[in-house]
Amino acid sequence: MSRALPAATGPVLIALILAGAPLTGLDEYSLTLLLAYGLLGLSLALVWGLGGILCFGQAAFFGLGAYSYAVAAMNLGESTVPMLLSVVVPGLLAAAVGALMFYGRVGDVYLGVITLVVTLILFKFVNSTAGEAYVIGHARLGGFNGIPSFPPLNVPGRPDWPIVGMALYYVAAAVLWLAWVGCRWLGRSPYGRVVAGLRENELRMQLLGYDVQLAKTVLFTVGGALAGLAGALYACWAEIVTPGLFSLGQSAEIIVWVLVGGVGTLLGPIFGAMGLGALKMALGGQQLIDNSLVMGVILVVFVLLLPRGVAPLAQRAWVRLWVLRGDATLDAQHPHHTRPGSRPEGGE
Amino acid sequence: MDQTLVILIDVAYAISSLLLVASGLALIFGLMRVINLAHGEFIVLGGYTTIVATKAGVSIWLAMFVLAPLVVGLFGVLVERVLIRWLYGRMVDTMLATWGLSLLISGGISTLFGATTTGVSNPLPGVSIGEYQTGGYGLFVIGVAVALMVSMFVLLRYTRAGLIARAAMQSADVVAALGYNPSRIYMATFAIGAALSGLAGGVLAPLTGLTPTSGGQFIAKAFITVIGGGASVVTGSIAASILFATVAKVVEALSTPVVGEIALLLTALILLRVLPRGITGRWFKGAV
Repeated sequence: MSRALPAATGPVLIALILAGAPLTGLDEYSLTLLLAYGLLGLSLALVWGLGGILCFGQAAFFGLGAYSYAVAAMNLGESTVPMLLSVVVPGLLAAAVGALMFYGRVGDVYLGVITLVVTLILFKFVNSTAGEAYVIGHARLGGFNGIPSFPPLNVPGRPDWPIVGMALYYVAAAVLWLAWVGCRWLGRSPYGRVVAGLRENELRMQLLGYDVQLAKTVLFTVGGALAGLAGALYACWAEIVTPGLFSLGQSAEIIVWVLVGGVGTLLGPIFGAMGLGALKMALGGQQLIDNSLVMGVILVVFVLLLPRGVAPLAQRAWVRLWVLRGDATLDAQHPHHTRPGSRPEGGE
Repeated sequence: MDQTLVILIDVAYAISSLLLVASGLALIFGLMRVINLAHGEFIVLGGYTTIVATKAGVSIWLAMFVLAPLVVGLFGVLVERVLIRWLYGRMVDTMLATWGLSLLISGGISTLFGATTTGVSNPLPGVSIGEYQTGGYGLFVIGVAVALMVSMFVLLRYTRAGLIARAAMQSADVVAALGYNPSRIYMATFAIGAALSGLAGGVLAPLTGLTPTSGGQFIAKAFITVIGGGASVVTGSIAASILFATVAKVVEALSTPVVGEIALLLTALILLRVLPRGITGRWFKGAV
């Protein structure tokens, strides 16, 4: 898409947008939350958009990341190791669940059921952990009430230098930017090509000799780890973690973000998450219409009318405006892109 | 002896409520291969219909057995015409659209009724078994589940309508060539599945208080029962319900209800891993 522009334009532009956002008068507190949502959207964009694996339980990894951070931070009183754990623990769970599913060769629908069930198990378990029996070190899991008042993010090695407010925003922005650049690189690497290939036709990739199960498991693990990191950012922002993070509603929201942003792109879901997150905040201020009603309408409308999301429209507009100057159509150059999960029209 | 009987009734009740909750989804998924993630909200709609009608002075039995299935069945027709029929054959898109629908319904209910728990009182007295007491309504639920399964089996296996419905799912073209309209058959099947969900909601409403978000607890159980059961609508649901409910009850007796539920979900995970086509993909093949 950036034929006429240098390859680094995109990353630089996004970095400038992220750096400049607080200067527009939006408060950094809300913006930080949107960054965590953006990272969460990116994690599913990777798994679903790149790999075609529709995970109904991305919230499980998000919640687990947040809880790992909270529990570890309470025990250690410092945030560096907890940050690492918030990536490693959900990553391990994702690797285990992924291996279970992909080596078991379960189909699309069953994959949805399994990820949904894993989320429910975690939700029910964490919800029931009230009381003295459920303590990890110094941290009481607290059941329905969650874990409040754990140490915030701090400068590595210096627990007395907390990172809050505007500093937290910039850390989150840097994390999101790095994660996005990393995912972009991953998508363009040889491994990313294999993953994209098996999204389009798994059998063909298998016959060509690629280890499909391994490639999918690795992708699912990376997605889970990223969602966990988003959870840790959320925990640092909210300063409390509750079982609601594991809920099906949360999982649904992530899917809506990605679908609205555009399945198959990386930036689309990030901005989809941020835009819809901002919409949710705006809706939270009024009592007239329930938030999930709005999310439901958006999801239905997009599945029926705009199944490829907003990103392809934006991309087309961008190409028309800047690259082609309106003299050719994009469709001629990108002949046929099958949306992951749907049947290719006309068959193989 | 009396105690054994009470425990058996308890397990039978657990199996029955699982069957009730799953029946509508089993019909829709088993015959149409459509995963309706708004199924839990269909049940909640049936429950709310019953509660609202009862509070308006309608007899609870009339509300439960006539109004709830009727209202949700008609709603099912609407959903099928507006939403589902554009998505046949696109399983994942159907799942997404119906999930959106489920959010829409639960949001709509909480906008209309507020996010509070509502319910109706249990119309049946308890029953004494020796020194023990058990809920009369539990026995009623068991009866309803048995009657429902028998009538579904008879309908699908022995009537012309059941034959046409099953044929339409196997080969829509052949059915169309024989003079039946597949689009109508799909619509009717979906409506009947929705009506069954409404019935389940109505029957279970006096036992469980309902909130706008109650759908979530039904959908997961219904989902794993249907998927765990496999392709056969009636046989699969019964087999999976017996397995899951028994596991949940046994574990619950040994620990707490929450651990029982978690054991149920874990059993479902293991079952799907070992038998990816469900129980009837391995045994009772070809049964209805």
